[in-house]
Amino acid sequence: MNVSIGLPWGLILSALVLWSALAFASPFTVRFPRIAPFIFPLGAVGALCVATAGLLALHGPPVATISPLGLPGLPFHGRLDALSGFFLILFGLTTVAISLDLAGYRRHEHYPTAERIGAQYHILLASLTLVFVAADSYSFMIAWEAMALSSYLLVITDHLSGATRRAGFLYLLIEHVGALALLAAFAILIAQGPAGAPLSFTFTALHAAHPDAAVAGLVFILAFLGFGAKAGLIPLHVWLPQAHPVAPSPISALLSSVLLKVGIYGLLRVAFIILPTPAPWWGLTTLSIGLMTALLGALSSAVQNDMKRLLAYSSVENIGLITAGIGLALLFSAYGLKALATLALIAALYHCLNHAFFKGLLFLGTGSVLHATGERRLSRLGGLIHRMPQTALLMLIGTLAIAGVPPLNGFVSEWLTLQAFLKATALPRPYLAMGIPLGAALTALVAGLAGYVMVKFYGIVFLGRPRDAQRAQARESGRLERAGLGLLALLCLLAGVWPAGVIALIRPAAHLLSGANAMITTGDLGARVGVGHATYVPWVLWIALGAIALAAILILRVRAARGARRVPVWNCGHPLASARIQDTAEGFGQPIRDVFAAFLAMRRHRPAQDDRVPRYASTIEDRFWQGLYQPAARGFALLFAATATRQPRRIAISLLGVLMTLIGLLVLAP
Amino acid sequence: MIAHLLVRQTIQILFVIAMAPLLAGWIRQCRAWLSNRSGAGLLQPYRELFKLLRKQPVVAEEASMLFVATPYVVFAAMVVAGAMIPMITTRLLLAGAADAVALAGVFTMARIFAALAAMDLGTAFGSMGARRTMLVGFLAEPALLMVLFTPALISGSTSLVVIVHDLARHGVILYPSMVFAAAAYVMVTLAENARLPVDNPDTHLELTMIHEALNLEYSGRYLALIEWSAAIKLLVYIGIGAALFLPWGITQGPGLAGLPMAYALLVAKLAAAGTGLAAIETLSAKLRLFRVPEFLGTAFLLAVLGLLVRYLFGH
Repeated sequence: MNVSIGLPWGLILSALVLWSALAFASPFTVRFPRIAPFIFPLGAVGALCVATAGLLALHGPPVATISPLGLPGLPFHGRLDALSGFFLILFGLTTVAISLDLAGYRRHEHYPTAERIGAQYHILLASLTLVFVAADSYSFMIAWEAMALSSYLLVITDHLSGATRRAGFLYLLIEHVGALALLAAFAILIAQGPAGAPLSFTFTALHAAHPDAAVAGLVFILAFLGFGAKAGLIPLHVWLPQAHPVAPSPISALLSSVLLKVGIYGLLRVAFIILPTPAPWWGLTTLSIGLMTALLGALSSAVQNDMKRLLAYSSVENIGLITAGIGLALLFSAYGLKALATLALIAALYHCLNHAFFKGLLFLGTGSVLHATGERRLSRLGGLIHRMPQTALLMLIGTLAIAGVPPLNGFVSEWLTLQAFLKATALPRPYLAMGIPLGAALTALVAGLAGYVMVKFYGIVFLGRPRDAQRAQARESGRLERAGLGLLALLCLLAGVWPAGVIALIRPAAHLLSGANAMITTGDLGARVGVGHATYVPWVLWIALGAIALAAILILRVRAARGARRVPVWNCGHPLASARIQDTAEGFGQPIRDVFAAFLAMRRHRPAQDDRVPRYASTIEDRFWQGLYQPAARGFALLFAATATRQPRRIAISLLGVLMTLIGLLVLAP
Repeated sequence: MIAHLLVRQTIQILFVIAMAPLLAGWIRQCRAWLSNRSGAGLLQPYRELFKLLRKQPVVAEEASMLFVATPYVVFAAMVVAGAMIPMITTRLLLAGAADAVALAGVFTMARIFAALAAMDLGTAFGSMGARRTMLVGFLAEPALLMVLFTPALISGSTSLVVIVHDLARHGVILYPSMVFAAAAYVMVTLAENARLPVDNPDTHLELTMIHEALNLEYSGRYLALIEWSAAIKLLVYIGIGAALFLPWGITQGPGLAGLPMAYALLVAKLAAAGTGLAAIETLSAKLRLFRVPEFLGTAFLLAVLGLLVRYLFGH
């Protein structure tokens, strides 16, 4: 057996051992409270190891290993290539921040402390690592399942509430519908292997199977369904806005930043590496589903009132944009335009990394707000910038980053995506060359909506005056919590100012996927990105903006004879009677509701003329929930009711039926 | 070489800062003439700015740092945007820092800061203005991007320098696609700069105002900076329009000799555009807020038509 343990594998192995030990030790923190403060910081060390391993794996040749684990004759295969390496970096860096944040949590019955979540959290981290390095479908599915179950346990941390249990069940259900689709996809590919040879589950063997176009298409659809369920693409996105609000905030951060990206990772692995050259319709499907997901996510997040639900829908939007980039890459590679495919892939992967950083930051910050105020509803918050100035500053960075404005990181990936869309005129089919630049307009609309949503989020939570006097006594979050936020904010800034550094991380992975170098140039101390003649140099923008603002301050402020006079708010002469005159979340979402009424499933109640007590109410539901899930649930209920009457009541007879079916299948099997 | 770039860049920055109030004054004067008033003169915006700069600013007690920092951020964003556009010469120090898409991003950044600052004090007008500004903003963004794509497709790049270079090389040719794009661009410019028919820059009527609602709480030098930024933004938008649709007369050589002529031409373009803007504003009535999406939708469709014309006929 060829077992090679290089430095990257050594790091990964030590992280896995460390995490297993921590998972084992966590329940004992009840008995030995003195070890509790070390659990999560040590977890962060493990995450750092994994990120380093990813960094080392980027440039070296792919290292394969066969682990002694697994069934006899069916060992686990591992492989570290550039794609795994990139995702390990994303996962590792984000997890360091999340673990730090968790370490800052005080003991409290509702807080995710080591004794409550330490075990499932570290098992999840270990299984995530395994998913990224698995090189055969067998170990991949086992790691996948371990990931699904441990994340389910984390989502239902607060399991005493019925809403949490329902959301957790929905998560588990959709996760498994996706896992079934993945199993089917792998099974079809495995069956395509050479006749007579023993079945091989390794990805290399699956790649060598070379299925014909129809089979490859079927496998692609199944994989798209399976990984789409994980990533949260429509119509399988419904678990996101349910599961994120009920999970503890650091877990929501992990779900959004890393777990959704696992879906993206799997899609890339299957569509680009395992399957043969894509057909054009794969790209078109992926692109249009991605764009629709992005638009739906952006619109829905604009009308939410719950902080975390708003951010969850915003994750749906970002995943949509990433998927649209992947669709573009598939389309380009279907027509042999490999350099353009690499450009689109770099844009998509850049956005993956950005989203991990800023969404992690925003969710962790939401957690700090939640602890300071005990409130998730936007309509009860406000004015926290005065109470939590440092958290507010870090959250401002996240807000601007996710709104996609220069000179922060969200803009870089948006810019690259738009450049990729513009290059679609190179496609040989006229309808594609003409139609796809319109996708760029949709992307711009989504980016604009994201700006709207983030102004709403930040403005209502941190600015203005407290809408609820009881919540006004919030205090700044703890030092470790702020360290987690600060790390992610720093990464957002770094990825915004130094695009070449990030692209250097992505380039090997994108090259591996598409087989060609990108037409992206980087230079100017590593801070310029260019596509053709179009360039964007963030640090020049920073310096220019800073210089002019500083000059204005110096000229106006220093020369001014008198400083500003502090007075009560003017408000056009009306005294500010109540904090309720500020926009609520509903008020701020009103233009979106009116302009895009057709896209939202909305029920409104307005008072009639003769109502004594006027009452306004509106509820907004997901259109897919009403249009797809509820009818499906009713259909299944009818089906089961119909079959239940024909079923014998005795359990022994049912079991006999199961046995007969099994024997029948075995007889029929070749 | 670098010295020349620096000189050109500095002159352009100073020009943008100094001329913006004059452009605003010119538009107001034209509107006055068109409605049979005598007007306050071209220099009125300067007088207002100097009056505001001399006054002691009044800031609300509840204001956070964001509120005080925003006027500087917005001002810097507008000046940087003005510094990067090849409206006089294509050889600028900052021209490579951002392409057309990044330029749109800089405007969005300024808008987000302005909207956040308006929400800082918790007044009803502030959040209303923030909401409306962001609405106009995200509707205008796709239209603006589609407008920028038409010349970008003609010249194969989103870099404004390349676009100007490429369009100017062909001499005075009217591309049909560019006519559509130009019409859309005018509409986007009206919306983005809070001009009629989308917003009336002259009123503080609470139910209709968009841009003014953001500035209600500002005074003294902060208000001056914001008014100045608004004037610069208008100049920058007209400058982009001039670069995209009337790129003739923009110098491309390395020397400084062509600059005076190019500046004279730019002033002529600005004056003409200002007159046109005044005419549009005099002739149109303000739209209801919920007609604004239709207005910007029309702009978007015009831009798409331009794109299609470009693609189908190659012009």
